[in-house]
Amino acid sequence: MSVIHEWSVAELSRQLKAKAVSSVEVVQHLLSRAQTHAALGSFLHLDSDGALMQAKAADAQRSAGESRPLLGVPIAHKDVFVTRDMPTTAGSKMLAGYQSPFTATVVQHLSDAGAVSLGKLNCDEFAMGSGNENSAYGAVRNPWDTRRVPGGSSGGSAAAVAARLVPAATGTDTGGSIRQPAAFCGITGIKPTYGLCSRYGMVAFASSLDQAGPMARTAEDCALLLSAMAGPDLDRDATSLDVPKRDFTLTLDQPRVGATADKPLKGLRVGLPKEFFGAGLSADVNAAVQAALKQLTELGATLVDISLPRTALSIPVYYIIAPAEASSNLSRFDGVRYGHRAAHYSDLIDMYQKTRTEGFGDEVKRRILIGTYVLSHGYYDAYYLQAQKIRRLIANDFQAAFQQCDVIAGPVAPTVAWHLGDKANDPVANYLADIFTLSTSLAGLPGMSLPAGFGEGGMPVGLQLVGNYLKEDELLHTAHQFQQITSWHNAGPKEFVL
Amino acid sequence: MSAPSNQAALLVNGYEVVIGFETHAQLSTASKIFSRSAVAFGAAPNVHTSPVDLALPGALPVMNKGAVERAIQLGLAVNAHVAERSIFARKNYFYPDLPKGYQISQFEIPVVQGGEVSFFLGDEKKTVRLVRAHLEEDAGKSLHEDSALGGGGQSGIDLNRAGTPLLEIVTEPDMRSTAEAVAYAKELHKIVTWIGICDGNMQEGSFRCDANVSVRKPGAPLGTRREIKNLNSFKFMQQAIDFEIRWQIEQIEDGHAIQQATVLFDPDTGETRAMRTKEDAADYRYFPDPDLPPLVISREWVARVRSEMAELPRVMAERFVRDYGLPEYDATTLTQSQAMAAYFEATAKASGQAKLASNWIMGEVARRLNADDAGFDAIPVSSAQLAALIGRIVDNTISNNAAKQVFDALWQGEADVDAIIDAKGLKQMNDTGALEAIVDEVLAANADNIAQYKAGKDKAFNALVGQVMKASKGKANPAQVNSVLKAKLG
Repeated sequence: MSVIHEWSVAELSRQLKAKAVSSVEVVQHLLSRAQTHAALGSFLHLDSDGALMQAKAADAQRSAGESRPLLGVPIAHKDVFVTRDMPTTAGSKMLAGYQSPFTATVVQHLSDAGAVSLGKLNCDEFAMGSGNENSAYGAVRNPWDTRRVPGGSSGGSAAAVAARLVPAATGTDTGGSIRQPAAFCGITGIKPTYGLCSRYGMVAFASSLDQAGPMARTAEDCALLLSAMAGPDLDRDATSLDVPKRDFTLTLDQPRVGATADKPLKGLRVGLPKEFFGAGLSADVNAAVQAALKQLTELGATLVDISLPRTALSIPVYYIIAPAEASSNLSRFDGVRYGHRAAHYSDLIDMYQKTRTEGFGDEVKRRILIGTYVLSHGYYDAYYLQAQKIRRLIANDFQAAFQQCDVIAGPVAPTVAWHLGDKANDPVANYLADIFTLSTSLAGLPGMSLPAGFGEGGMPVGLQLVGNYLKEDELLHTAHQFQQITSWHNAGPKEFVL
Repeated sequence: MSAPSNQAALLVNGYEVVIGFETHAQLSTASKIFSRSAVAFGAAPNVHTSPVDLALPGALPVMNKGAVERAIQLGLAVNAHVAERSIFARKNYFYPDLPKGYQISQFEIPVVQGGEVSFFLGDEKKTVRLVRAHLEEDAGKSLHEDSALGGGGQSGIDLNRAGTPLLEIVTEPDMRSTAEAVAYAKELHKIVTWIGICDGNMQEGSFRCDANVSVRKPGAPLGTRREIKNLNSFKFMQQAIDFEIRWQIEQIEDGHAIQQATVLFDPDTGETRAMRTKEDAADYRYFPDPDLPPLVISREWVARVRSEMAELPRVMAERFVRDYGLPEYDATTLTQSQAMAAYFEATAKASGQAKLASNWIMGEVARRLNADDAGFDAIPVSSAQLAALIGRIVDNTISNNAAKQVFDALWQGEADVDAIIDAKGLKQMNDTGALEAIVDEVLAANADNIAQYKAGKDKAFNALVGQVMKASKGKANPAQVNSVLKAKLG
């Protein structure tokens, strides 16, 4: 049974359908792996009993003739999705032991599609961070080099998938939190168009940016999961897009109009923003990305030089808007109704202060302070309003770029995964590392990360693809075709593929 | 309540009073503004709550279209602009009964912009301009155990009210007297209850008025205002504003500057008391709520709401003047409520006597309803009965005095106007021969009065009329008695 954890979602789906293996067998195998590799720190909660019950139910449905693609496929969820059957912490002491009375739409959709939930995955506290070192429950380690970070904030999800503890996981991306850990851990992840996946039941970080998406080893697996996760949820999330549910697997192998079997990307114009290939990009990452771009041309794509002139501004804009929204979103954690409350306090204000001082970590406090500052009377116009204006210009820049190209390609991050502790005391260095992912989030566009080789220290490098609104199908198609002629996505960290 | 009618007469001790209003009208939706929990008064604490109302992690607000529809109705009722696009904003502050740590409201771009409210103050027509009306959610309630009463001194939170839809209606500082302020509030109350967007219950807090009051010397810039909160009856409103005006003038006369403040009216002492001053004012850090897209209201939606709305009071009053020939005062008075207006119209149509119907409804009917503290919904006399009664006055079957007796019987539950007239023997004596016989008898027995009358004393004539009425047992028609007497006395 040792190969089970090497199977992709698609392969697992085929094996389950062929009844070569049962969901219970798969789940038992993966639960035991999760326990074996607990030191990775990826799981915050392993729901063994619940997972086995779901697996049994899936097997029963299978026996009764049901055959949905995700039926009996085990996954796990980033711990910012609330779940009725498991605790939800958002990586914060503030929510230690918190039990939600309802389940996030995305989690429910996957459950309805037959997926089995193994548990909840570690992340930066309230999804704030890019190294997963900000979790109140300890850092997550990168399976490729356990001295390094897995990226963040969906670091637990990326590490668990890369370490073959689960074939796929949910993540959330506010400024790169799916794409960057996917790149650091050598897996595939997609952040859909803002609003494609419901935010209902996602613990909010920055409401205008937060978006859920799948993380898996292949684009095909991402397509399988996203087809279940996405869809309108208008009665529960006012920012949910009113677009019909799609099956993203249907277009994966369809050649583009005018393309041929050996040149499936013929006619695809790939834009290369010059701002993504400047001095800040390390040589190893650049080399891997350039090689990947060459492979895209071998598939028939043409490369086009473009410009996204406000790329550098995306950092200050993001680090004004996201903390502003966060400072307000996190006000509900006040110790009154649920979550952590200080044990001793003298009056109401003292209760608030002690509760929030004890409950939040440093990075969360830092962002609450920044956000409160930029929204304050006298500063609002200079910071928040100005940032919103530039945000609109950044979105316009992308639309101008999409006049010249169909997808945009570039690196996900300037470097490979750094060592634990390297940036722990330098928040600005952390923020600067987000430069290639923030603009996509600010514009609300779909973005992907897919494995594109290795760099310094044998660490994975990701290729980022950005599409226009609702062009997830085009991104997944491009990525899937790339993965037909490359094998980076099949490579795994040695200790975990045995 | 006196109603001075020109500006010069409004000065209080040489000061001009300036009043503006902020009114929170609780909208009559079945569910809350951003969740599906029921809006209901008086339930056990925290029964009507959902993850949204409790601000649980991951819960998101979704706009209740019914609340928007009611805002559109108000906009149309006060001739305001209903914004094509308005924005929800977060007002951030910490308080235990504010679960999210912010209130969702509208700040820079409200749904209703401008508009006006017109009403009569005495016989003078007044118009108060509105600045805006915006949608927002209510907070919950903090409940404190009183340790003096044996409680533990603990505080509890009831979030049943949290998320209740409110429309905050803000005026320009257009009012110049307490009387005008109270009349405005009554008119606004009439409008919101008339169009059915609010139940208007002031005791339960469905219609909460805050008055911004300042005073100044005529021609001077606006004085510093103090805001009087939660005036939960029109009577308290009047007392509170009157007190506040006197207090502010005294302060200024004593050489003290007025500090901007929020004050509470204490009905027990009849005084206002500062609860917080401007120095305590929080920085609410308003910003557009990223959970809610801009509120877009199509012109088709506005047109549909307009077509489904009941006739507005001012439109109906204009129609009463035009179609029934009523004075404007009557028309305005009769359109105090939908029930009153409907009662008038039914009576006017059935009797064909609009002015008489108006007189009866504004007079006898209103007086008895007031005495019973009842409304037109609970009136024991149907419009058909009142119309029948008016018919018997008009055809001279009964006198006005007799009609009041008939009305009294109808009020007591008797049904048929003619049966009451017969049973009580109230029919007027319309037989000239019989009347002349009575007049002759009276004249024969009252030589003194005749002599006095002839000497020029009008009182003597009235005495003779009285005698004739008495002799006819009240059934004679007084007008007829007059003419017969005059003819006989030459």
